[in-house]
Amino acid sequence: MPPKPLDYESINENVKKAQYAVRGELYLRATELQKEGKKIIFTNVGNPHALGQKPLTFPRQVVALCQAPFLLDDPNVGLLFPADAIARAKQYLSITSGGLGAYSDSRGIPGVRKEVAEFIQRRDGYPRYISSPYSLFFLTLHCVNLFKRVLSLVSNLLDKVINYFILYFSDPELIYLTDGASKAVMQTLNTIIKGEGDGIMVPVPQYPLYSATIALLGGTLVPYYLEETANWGLDTNELRKSITEGRRKGLNVKAMVIINPGNPTGQCLSAENLREVLQFCYDENLVLLGDEVYQTNIYQDERPFISSKKVLMDIGPPLSKEVQLVSFHSVSKGFLGECGQRGGYFEMTNIPPETVDEIYKVASISLSPNVPAQIFMGLMVNPPKPGDISYDQFFRESKGILESLRRRARIMTDGFNSCRNVVCNFTEGAMYSFPQVRLPPKALEAAKQAGKVADVFYCLKLLEATGISTVPGSGFGQKDGVFHLRTTILPAEEEMPAIMDSFKKFNDEFMEQYEDHRGYSRL
Amino acid sequence: MRKSAADRFRHLFNRSLVFVRNQQNQQHHRLSPIPLSSSPFSSMASDSPFPVTAQNINPQVLKCQYAVRGEIVTLAQNLQKDLQANPGAHSFDEIIYCNIGNPQSLGQQPITFFREVLALCDYPALLDKSETQGLFSADSIERAWQIVDQIPGRATGAYSHSQGIQGLRDTIAAGIGERDGFPCNADDIFLTDGASPAVHMMMQLLTRSEKDGILCPIPQYPLYSASITLHGGHLVPYYLDEATGWGLEISELKKQLEDAKSKGINVRALVVINPGNPTGQVLAEENQRAIVEFCKKEGLVLLADEVYQENVYVPEKKFHSFKKVSRSMGYGDNDLCLVSFQSVSKGYHGECGKRGGYMEVTGFSPDVREQIYKVASVNLCSNITGQILASLIMSPPKVGDESYESFMAEKNAILSSLTKRAKSLEEALNKLEGVTCNKAEGAMYLFPRIRLPEKAIKAAEAEKTAPDAFYCKRLLNATGIVVVPGSGFGQVPGTWHFRCTILPQEDRIPAIVTRLTEFHEKFMNEFRD
Repeated sequence: MPPKPLDYESINENVKKAQYAVRGELYLRATELQKEGKKIIFTNVGNPHALGQKPLTFPRQVVALCQAPFLLDDPNVGLLFPADAIARAKQYLSITSGGLGAYSDSRGIPGVRKEVAEFIQRRDGYPRYISSPYSLFFLTLHCVNLFKRVLSLVSNLLDKVINYFILYFSDPELIYLTDGASKAVMQTLNTIIKGEGDGIMVPVPQYPLYSATIALLGGTLVPYYLEETANWGLDTNELRKSITEGRRKGLNVKAMVIINPGNPTGQCLSAENLREVLQFCYDENLVLLGDEVYQTNIYQDERPFISSKKVLMDIGPPLSKEVQLVSFHSVSKGFLGECGQRGGYFEMTNIPPETVDEIYKVASISLSPNVPAQIFMGLMVNPPKPGDISYDQFFRESKGILESLRRRARIMTDGFNSCRNVVCNFTEGAMYSFPQVRLPPKALEAAKQAGKVADVFYCLKLLEATGISTVPGSGFGQKDGVFHLRTTILPAEEEMPAIMDSFKKFNDEFMEQYEDHRGYSRL
Repeated sequence: MRKSAADRFRHLFNRSLVFVRNQQNQQHHRLSPIPLSSSPFSSMASDSPFPVTAQNINPQVLKCQYAVRGEIVTLAQNLQKDLQANPGAHSFDEIIYCNIGNPQSLGQQPITFFREVLALCDYPALLDKSETQGLFSADSIERAWQIVDQIPGRATGAYSHSQGIQGLRDTIAAGIGERDGFPCNADDIFLTDGASPAVHMMMQLLTRSEKDGILCPIPQYPLYSASITLHGGHLVPYYLDEATGWGLEISELKKQLEDAKSKGINVRALVVINPGNPTGQVLAEENQRAIVEFCKKEGLVLLADEVYQENVYVPEKKFHSFKKVSRSMGYGDNDLCLVSFQSVSKGYHGECGKRGGYMEVTGFSPDVREQIYKVASVNLCSNITGQILASLIMSPPKVGDESYESFMAEKNAILSSLTKRAKSLEEALNKLEGVTCNKAEGAMYLFPRIRLPEKAIKAAEAEKTAPDAFYCKRLLNATGIVVVPGSGFGQVPGTWHFRCTILPQEDRIPAIVTRLTEFHEKFMNEFRD
């Protein structure tokens, strides 16, 4: 009898190596406790609807109508749906090839990709017509570009020349819709990574999608540390140190990931900082992967979100023509929070057409991203406008969600900072707080005896005592000897004070139990 | 102030640089076909300013091929654009996509009941409104309530458990139990975004290096070859026998397995597509028993692609799942590693755009199952709409439900029409000179063999294309009909085929037959030896 092919010993080592803490030991234990009837507050995943956030009405109406097109012919449809939702559903159905039930283009429905491109242009302010000495010049180019598209008669040469400038525009042909941003990241990394000799720079702490995917694909993660004392700042000296270290190990460092706003760290990068990062990528010949899925989750006014693409275009040539950038976005975050739909996109900048073709080929093996989520993406980037019937409601609902998140970010970080041996940077953006917990030596000792990493030990105790399901910092990476946990800021606002109270109570008791009043493990 | 003045200067300078560079580039364009990867002003020392180029990306990405959406389809899309720009430029007025099993893009209507339930789950506020009863069937409302209640917090917009929503998996497990007459455990179900990601996941799990082999039928659905290549494994082919209606011979399996072993390949799994894609055969139960026995004896994982299980068109054949066959042989979890793939994209429902599907994994040790769960969890979960639909197809309306009769009428109309379409296309193909075509017993495709004249093969060689691709391109250019050359699926060397779906609507079939026949006659007249 030969050994079975799926015996644990004989499966792919890369699969075993991959770790994904967000749904790891803590989550499984939490699910068990829930089955036993304990009330669990899931703050392990940025999953807003699971914690009571209501979906926005308008997008759901439009998708429901696309789902059941026979409703559109029913004379009574107006009793249940507003006219603008009906019109929008008809418009979407007209640009699909066979409604929600047919595979779309493997890159996504062209009409939706166009909506995304227009959104990016509005967001970043490109193309730029006003207050530039070249405004007329760019306007002309834009017209030529439109002309080109309408007639599709222009020669290959003119095409190339225009393409040279089109980088100032967002091109739907370089935007691919995906089943969530995770798939987009996997697809991109799969294109880049050849083997373990290839290094990808990833921030630490990081969102474990990156470490897990790099492990699965057999590449090597090159960490760069975010500076906790500088509000999780991204320091270029650290970047240089990290790449030097990677190269010293013989790695071919090919790409760098930034998560802005940060996950799990919540910081927002300034334009200046992004300029430095882009210059670094240019100098070191790296592809920049910009995870920007939290771009509408901003909870302060000093540092609004700025896209890497915009900063790159602002810098101008040669960088804007040469730095390769892939940006990611998702319908799962922001005010939409439609995690269950699995909708996302990536936009490629400065990627040569032959490589784009290869990425297209791989996308085509999966046939197409799911069509309902493509519609959600269209609705996210192109919401109702002032004057539309649904505008007021849409505006009220989305503003309500973001304002409440802003208040919750404050309650949560303040709450953590009021706890013994806990310090927490303010959550400037994204959906998470990432407090540092200074564990006393006795706690470290107890964790060791239980055979657990110290922060896992702490988080398990927290879960058992309070039902709060968090993710230990070790799942995201942290400096040696420093311990964190990640919670989302998503529990309902009215439950927030009680949650923070029960956390404080647990933490006090924990510290009381393990602190011998002779000092901490590390400050 | 000074800083901003300096910034502005730099900005202007950069802008003027654009200008200069553009002119430089314009000159450069005349010389180089790829201007963007070789700029005269580049500060980089390397040949290309880009870290990622088609030369240095993952070679497995370069190597993999997926013909269903390959060159022919690009050509078709260009023709379509051309037709839109100048109608009348070609001898046909539209492109008919017979390259891909995408029924609703060719006019197949969705099943009303399924869509009612999905719409209600998408916008659950409808469930509270009395007007809803006038627009939706009572059982769809009831089903939607039931599903929404199965979702924790009724949150249809939340990530679910990485295997899929528990309640939906229970429904699917019950459906499988009813289909097979053997129980199914909901924990064995992993819901996925269509069947393709499930296949990728298994290939990823099984492939450690190029020394690991997967036995694949030839002809095969190119998802398998592409996925094996992407994950760096080795495809071990076994040939289906065209002369016996694409029969799967155990002797052939044995021969290929031994052959691979002698080359040092460690064969880990056997892929069986039943009903066959692109070949359309439905396996006899006796044959399936022998396959199960073979896998058990050789310690192979059986990867059973059963996405066409509802698509059977001949009364003498019936679909039997490998799960049922192995259980009826008395084999349980400890005897055989079996993965069965199912999809919402096929069957009578054909909901391709939803990307719903599942795999049922049995015979895996708990630690391996944990690894599968972990890989699934990196992607968080599959889309909820697809999950709900997967539960609906495994648990459609039953006798006595309000929608039952209309549901059965819709389902039967689609299946009987597919049966008619399969038959008339097959008959038409068999009438063509030098063409033989096995019956489509199931699935959605015909895979005729074309005996191409020597002259045509020479002409293809002159154009540096495979002879069957040559034929298919000619067909497309002359008729607007898109089919996929057999070389994309694999075939016995020296034989030529193409794959054509049976999905164009019934009233279109006669016209397609006429166009195809005319084209073929002309083609043969041009090239006949």
